[in-house]
Amino acid sequence: MNKSFTPATLLEIYRKGRLINLIDERFRGLLRSGRLAAVYYSPRGQEILAAAMGVHLQQTDYLVTTYRGIHDQLAKGIPLRPLFAEYYAKATGACKGKGGPMHITHPETGVMVTTGIVGSGLPIANGLAWASQLKKDGRVTLVTFGDGASNIGAFHEALNMASLWKLPVIFLCQNNLYGESSKYAKCTAVDNVAERAAGYNMPGVTVNGNDPEAMWRASGEAVARARAGEGPTLLEAKTFRFMGHYFGDPGAYIPKEEYDAHLARDPMPIARAAVLSSGAATEAELAAYDDEVNAKIDDALQFAADSPFPDVSEIDIDVYGAAA
Amino acid sequence: MPSMNMIQALNSAMDVMLERDPDVLIFGQDVGYFGGVFRCTAGLQKKYGSKRVFDAPISEGGIVGAAVGMGAYGLRPVVEIQFADYIYPAMDQLTSEAARLRYRSGGEFSAPITVRTPCGGGIYGGQTHSQSPEAMFAHVCGLKTVMPSNPYDAKGLLIAAIEDDDPVVFFEPKRIYNGPFDGHHDRPVKPWAGHALGEVPDGYYTVPLGRANVLRPGTAVTVLCYGTMVHVCLAAAAESGIDAEVIDLRTLMPLDLETIEASVRKTGRCVIVHEATRTCGFGAELSAQVQEACFIHLEAPIERVTGWDTPYPLAHEWQYFPGPARVSEALTRVMEF
Ligand SMILES: Cc1ncc(C[n+]2csc(CCOP(=O)(O)OP(=O)(O)O)c2C)c(N)n1
Ligand SMILES: [Mg+2]
Repeated sequence: MNKSFTPATLLEIYRKGRLINLIDERFRGLLRSGRLAAVYYSPRGQEILAAAMGVHLQQTDYLVTTYRGIHDQLAKGIPLRPLFAEYYAKATGACKGKGGPMHITHPETGVMVTTGIVGSGLPIANGLAWASQLKKDGRVTLVTFGDGASNIGAFHEALNMASLWKLPVIFLCQNNLYGESSKYAKCTAVDNVAERAAGYNMPGVTVNGNDPEAMWRASGEAVARARAGEGPTLLEAKTFRFMGHYFGDPGAYIPKEEYDAHLARDPMPIARAAVLSSGAATEAELAAYDDEVNAKIDDALQFAADSPFPDVSEIDIDVYGAAA
Repeated sequence: MPSMNMIQALNSAMDVMLERDPDVLIFGQDVGYFGGVFRCTAGLQKKYGSKRVFDAPISEGGIVGAAVGMGAYGLRPVVEIQFADYIYPAMDQLTSEAARLRYRSGGEFSAPITVRTPCGGGIYGGQTHSQSPEAMFAHVCGLKTVMPSNPYDAKGLLIAAIEDDDPVVFFEPKRIYNGPFDGHHDRPVKPWAGHALGEVPDGYYTVPLGRANVLRPGTAVTVLCYGTMVHVCLAAAAESGIDAEVIDLRTLMPLDLETIEASVRKTGRCVIVHEATRTCGFGAELSAQVQEACFIHLEAPIERVTGWDTPYPLAHEWQYFPGPARVSEALTRVMEF
């Protein structure tokens, strides 16, 4: 794939990233002030990589993600109303209020699995992809996970099976250098997760996930490969999470110099500056975009606030299908 | 005597055993350098070094499997699975290997491992952070299953589990790590400080596996419970005014049928309470055993108060959680039968 990276593409990535960024900021504000009570795994710092992957995907493509998945879901195009309503455990939420932030599903936009269990999504992505191959529906399946997840058995089983069966899957490892309090290098025997691809005979690519162009190129190649029936790719996007493991995590295990060095390379302000210098948009246009996004956020929050909680009679609905 | 919460009591148990027995070691995700997500192993790596207290990758099957090998050699590993909801990748190692080694080796050796894991809801954790899967483990012959309800028992039972020659799955109800919780979620949180069972000796002692504890003697009805539900049941007994005998099982396998039987023969009524889902929950086994042992003494059908047969529903945290009102209703029903 040697398409050129245009200012328009950069702007598209920035806008997706900024949507994630503004929602994340709003959520953290609500959590701090007690107006939202939910478990929250901030994607702060990982916006650009999700956006640069997201622009290659169709609405019909599938996404399998994790508890730290709001950036992936938004990049995939999930609408704000059902997403926010689920954070508030409302009946209008994506999971009718019964799943919560860690378990979002929204099949209309291809969000098939969000799980709180590390690693369990990878084999499921293979199943979705096998089905796509059987049905020749042209879909690809993106499964995203962290660096820590690359140490669980399911990761290794899934990579072997995907390669063996040449499945249209993209394995996107978001290597933010920590799994909870544990530093990447203390738990992982290889320097780069992507090196593991060699053991499963598939391409493994390590890229700076915070660089819009590099991430866009690598994602484009992986998606194109999957779409063309050439099989899976293990794509490792190097990044960093600025808000700790979960909302409220003091993150004392991250040395200050290390944190500051990453903060100096915060992808959001860098992408914004790049957009401006590329001429793709003006300050005023970016400000107008922020206003537009903020209005959508206000609308979705109001929708969530106005929605009822699911009735108690819902408690045992959807455990099984209707009796035959 | 020092006052400890459950986290401190568990930490103290591991500290005591690391000190006493050079073959004891502790490992799991984030347990070494960081001291555990719930801080249960805080300070232990510093004190005993990183050969005996160490971190492991996110590899539950690998962690428990390695513990089985260590146990077969003769070590006494204590591993932490961060939440019971994450234990399933290790299910294979627990059921097919740890639980079977003694039988397979004709009694020559076993896997004397302890798997600690926080369980239960009441914390808005949703379906992958609130489960109570104890019955799955009680079902596996060869495994022992323990669930304490207070700091004193937590320490004594954990020491007993570590010393036990068989594999033990040790459930820690995380809702009561920091204080007893009686199900009244709208009331202020109580700490363990000032609670009689928060008084924990510093040194070595054990609470033997397989012995239940009659926490509230009574004459009207026997209540069988464990973990967080112990506090809910005590509250229900107080609020309903029914003279219930509340028995904290402490260990599900081996089960203290003797204590249960003596109580039900006396009261003639039995209510079983657990947070786990109902069908094939441990209450089903308890109900069967009580019926077998006490049939002619029963004056009412045995009642079960349990979680619903559903995943833990985020929006219905307190409808799912069997609170004191539901327990009181069951007590009333068996009394009025
Ligand atoms: C099977 C399993 N084990 C442990 C956990 C607890 N846990 C939740 S997130 C996490 C760290 C995951 O790190 P990583 O894969 O790097 O993802 P990140 O949180 O950094 O995005 C752990 C250990 C879990 N959810 N599931
Ligand atoms: Mg990580």
